[in-house]
Order: sequence, then structure tokens, then C-alpha cells
Amino acid sequence: MAARTLYDKLWDSHIVKTEEDGTSLLYIDRHLVHEVTSPQAFEGLRLAGRKLWRVESVLATPDHNVPTTDRSQGISDPISRLQVETLDQNCLDFAITEFGMDDQRQGIVHVISPEQGATLPGMTLVCGDSHTSTHGAFGALAFGIGTSEVEHVLATQCLIQKKSKNMQIRVEGRAPAGVTAKDIILAIIGEIGTAGGTGYAVEFAGSAIQSLSMEGRMSVCNMAIEAGARAGMVAVDDITIDYIKGRPYAPSEDQWPQAVLAWRDLVSDEGAFFDKVVNLDASQIQPQVTWGTSPEMVVSINDRVPDPAEESDAVKAEGMQAALDYMGLTAGTPMSKIKVDKVFIGSCTNSRIEDLRAAALIAKGQKVAANVKQALVVPGSGLVKAQAEAEGLHEIFIEAGFEWREPGCSMCLAMNADRLEPGERCASTSNRNFQGRQGQGGRTHLVSPAMAAAAAIHGHFTQV
Amino acid sequence: MQAFTTLKGIVAPMDRSNVDTDAIIPKQFLKSIKRSGFGPNLFDEWRYLDHGEPGMDNSQRQLNPDFVLNQARYQGASILVARKNFGCGSSREHAPWALEDYGFRAIIAPSFADIFFNNCFKNGILPIVLDETVVEEIFQAVFAHEGYELEIDLQAQTITRPVGSNIGFEVDSFRKYCLLNGLDDIGLTLQKVDDIRAYESRRKVEAPWLFGA
Repeated sequence: MAARTLYDKLWDSHIVKTEEDGTSLLYIDRHLVHEVTSPQAFEGLRLAGRKLWRVESVLATPDHNVPTTDRSQGISDPISRLQVETLDQNCLDFAITEFGMDDQRQGIVHVISPEQGATLPGMTLVCGDSHTSTHGAFGALAFGIGTSEVEHVLATQCLIQKKSKNMQIRVEGRAPAGVTAKDIILAIIGEIGTAGGTGYAVEFAGSAIQSLSMEGRMSVCNMAIEAGARAGMVAVDDITIDYIKGRPYAPSEDQWPQAVLAWRDLVSDEGAFFDKVVNLDASQIQPQVTWGTSPEMVVSINDRVPDPAEESDAVKAEGMQAALDYMGLTAGTPMSKIKVDKVFIGSCTNSRIEDLRAAALIAKGQKVAANVKQALVVPGSGLVKAQAEAEGLHEIFIEAGFEWREPGCSMCLAMNADRLEPGERCASTSNRNFQGRQGQGGRTHLVSPAMAAAAAIHGHFTQV
Repeated sequence: MQAFTTLKGIVAPMDRSNVDTDAIIPKQFLKSIKRSGFGPNLFDEWRYLDHGEPGMDNSQRQLNPDFVLNQARYQGASILVARKNFGCGSSREHAPWALEDYGFRAIIAPSFADIFFNNCFKNGILPIVLDETVVEEIFQAVFAHEGYELEIDLQAQTITRPVGSNIGFEVDSFRKYCLLNGLDDIGLTLQKVDDIRAYESRRKVEAPWLFGA
């Protein structure tokens, strides 16, 4: 057989049927469900009198709307509450496993599935959420879908798809101290742009990717969607396999050797063809900070806010100026002089234990700066929270003046009560700096957990 | 799903690139458990001067006179012409629901974000990718002529302009077939039950751990 990429292998092994025009019916192994993009899908099933094809493939949790403060009072916003209750009821009616709001296993859907071992190498995995690309870190084909497709997968276990092209992004070398997985993916997006991956499934490769932990690989794949890619993925190695072993949904002991043998093949073959290859040198990457309203508007901490006057493309210059106006920034300002009002450490990009450890390392023995009105730490799941507490990280944060919260999506998209007020500037470990994303009029700078913690302590961005 | 065959309508311009689905329909409206009623909140943050929340009487809110869709000349528009990477960001299908509910049935742009592009076809909206120079021509024509209309014929894959030659466009044959006939994908897939069962039987041997104990 011809040399195949990891994506080719994942695609080939999930084809139910391919039509003459290349449209394929793709089998889906794992379906993650949350409260925001599923109610209309369940309603559609009910109206058509359809059943779930394979209920055990579905895992549900509420994450977008849940409060991150004391949950004993429930959800105060009646509309949010109804949406979460609707998920509970749908899971009950269709006999779906749900980690409800009071379950310690509840959390951000892209944190809990890997944590449970419900994300496995070689799987196809979907969710009505664009950041489903996260799970590609396990050598899986994982992508976000809309609600109509959620309904389609619930009813048929399949999706109608056309194959994407293959792209490889190779990051070789050793990243300097203070440069994390988040900085690598922001640097990649800065390089290829937010539409650079459109039409491609991207494999992240090279020594700088291979040396990342699973948490780091998840942060990288999480933001593949911000580069426009259909999916992001990383080849399977010992780090992947060691992470999965012993988790609740991992293969049973008797199936484990067969599974591992199959997973070992989940790498791109020597000489496999990529339609596009992008190379980055990790040693040249510095800690990244976004300055605008798109993740591609990013520079290093050592840089200054770019000047639209120096941009030759007129349309692009106009977009840059609009972004500066919205962000309340002046061209030429050193990034390290930008002060922040709020800090958010959390989201499906950066709320795992390693992220919290990195932030705590910076916060230890320090105090949140006087100009920072609020610094939130929102663990990705109840289990991450418990682990952090077992390590005493919560005490470090609380002593420094951070707020230690309950798990959920929180201020990444501000569907719950955690949000920015108009004009407020935030150092955020999330994935989108779009206008209004963290609250109408809010100004978001995307950074790593270490940079966010440093911004909280110093009151402005700084070298980490 | 509503079928799409031909469409003649006013074209409205969305003259900025990377319009994300957060802008198309802000997050607070995603709390709805319904599929309809999103039109009044399409582009909510740009369209109104106040902050919108679900349950507000939108007819009482103050419109932003500078926002393009509030201009008299674009009222009743059913075709949106946009810049590159339209619909990027969140996978929310509420974005095409809002566009459709507002009255848009076709969107023309040099490129679309992947998930949004898929979602359009599930909701009777035709997203058309055209070369950047052709999109620019349409923008200029829309700016120059009030009430500028295009006529889209999906079967023939052509766009007819009031002046100038017809523009051809590409569309995936399966998606075209579904859109022309207003077909529900799920029904089509369920015609392949035997193929799905055969795949599962095969796969249970190859990778039994994917099917539980």
C-alpha cells in the first residue's frame, strides 16, 4: 500500500461507503454533547420519531452555561437554567450518560472526554463545538459540527463528508524557556493566518510537538480551528499511550495489547504525501500576545503594537485600524506596557492541570496587582479542580488574590455570569479574541497560562 | 428543509473579512432551545445601539444607523455579499438560522469557514465561493446601484447580473441535489442502514475496544 498520512489512515478506517462523486459516509465512534448545540437536535429526533443509533457512543455534560460560583443555589438566569435542564431531560429520555452539574466529573466537554479515556487514538470524534479539534492530540480524527449534524450522528452514527487535503505543520527544535504549547500554536496562526488551514486536516509534527505533554498537544490541536483547519492531530507515541492507560473509558486489560498494537500504526508513513507543508523553528518563538480581534493578530511580548500605516495591503490595513480602535490601542506601544483590567485562566485551551501548575508557579508568593479588578482561575473539570487542590495550587491562587472557581467554559465566551464589561481589557488563556467574545465591548488578549498569571501579578504583560 | 432552486433578490454588502459567528449571532441568544426566531438578533452588536438580551422587544430598540443592513436601500435583501473567511469561529448553527430567519438565502464570498459552510447547506442557504476579483466587482456594483439585484440559478450554476456576463459557480453535486430537492440528510443516510451495520460488524473485530466491553 502507498505511504499514507495519519489523516489518510483515520479517514480510510472509518469509511462506510463512498459515492462516485467522492462523498463519503463516515462512521463516528464518539459523540460529545453539551447543552448549547443539542436541544434542537433532540427536538428533531422527537419530531421524526427517530431513536439514537448507538447510545453508548454519546457522552454529555453541561459546560457553557454553568455558574462557576457556588452551585448549591442552581443557575440564577432562567434561560440558562432551562437550557441545562433541557440537556438533563434529553439525556434522561434517551438514556445518555451525562456528567451533570453536580457530578465531580463534570467540566468542559473537551477536558472531560480525554480525562475519562473516552477520547482514544484511531477514533472519529465529533461534538457540536468548533474546539472539538482538541481531541486530535490523541491521533484521532476530531472535528466540530453544527446542530443538524449532531442530529444526524445521533440518528445514524455517521456523517456525510468529503475528504480534506493533508497539511503538515512541522515545528522543530527547542522552544526557549517560558514558551509553551499556547505560544507555539499562536505563532503558527500568526504565520499561516486564520484561513491558512481552510480545506485541510492538519498534522502537527516535529520535535517541538513530540516533546509536548498530552495537555500541551491538546492546547495546540484545540486552536487548529482558529487557523481554519477542519481538524488538527498529532501522531501517537508513548506519551499518548501512557496518558490513556488506566482511565475509566480506556480499553479493558484484555483488549489493551491489541489496542496499543493498532495505535502504534497511527503515525504518518515515511514518504507520505502532504498537499502543503509549513515549517517553524521553535527556537525562534517567543511568548505570544494577541493585539487585535482575530487570533492571527499576534506578536511576541518583545514586540510593539503593529502600525497599519506600514501595511501595504489597503484592505488589511483598514482591518488592523478597526481592530486597534476596538482594542483601544495605539500603534507602536510596546506589548509589555499594556495594562490589563481582568485575567482569565481557563477554557478548553488552557484549563488542565499542567496549565494551572504553570500559572501557580508564577503566582506563588505574589499578589495580584492593584489595577487588576478580577483574576479568575477556572479549572476545566471537577477532577482537575480536585487534583489542583490536592497539590495545594488553589491556596497559592487564593493567597495571591485570584478567585478559585467551579469548572466550566466561563469567561471564554461569557454565556454565564463571568464576563468583561465594555472597555475592559483581559489577559485570557482562551482561544478567541473576537469583538464582544468575552462580553460586549470587552478587549481580549490571548496568552499562555504563564503569561496570564504574570499579567495578573504585574498588572501588565511582561516577559515570562 | 426549504428547497433552493432559483433566487432573484437585492444584494446587501458585508464589507469586512473574517466575520465570525459570534458577530453573526452573539452568545446570549444561543441559550434558546428553539431553532427559529433568531432573525431580529442577526448581527445584534452591530445592528443596535444598546446591548441585546434574549426576550427583549427588538422593535423598541434603537437601531445603529451606520450599520449596513439598517440602510433603506438594503431592506428586503436576500443575498449577502461578503469578504474572505466568512463565518469563522464557533460552530453554532444559530448563525445560518439567524441569516435565514432574517431573509438571506444566498451568501457570496471569496472563502467561507468550513463548519459554517456545511451548516448553510443544512438550512436551505446557498453559500457561493467566487474569485476575489469577481466578488470585488459585485461589491462595486452594489455600492454604485441602489436596489442592485442578482439572479441565482442553482440547477444551471449561474448568477445573472443586470449588466455584464453571467457568472458560473461550483457546487458539490450531492449538496446541490439535496438543496434543489429540499432533502433531509438523515433520511438519505438511513437508506444505507445495511452498509452501516456491515461496517460495524467488521469494525467490532478490528477494534473491539471502540464498542465497549
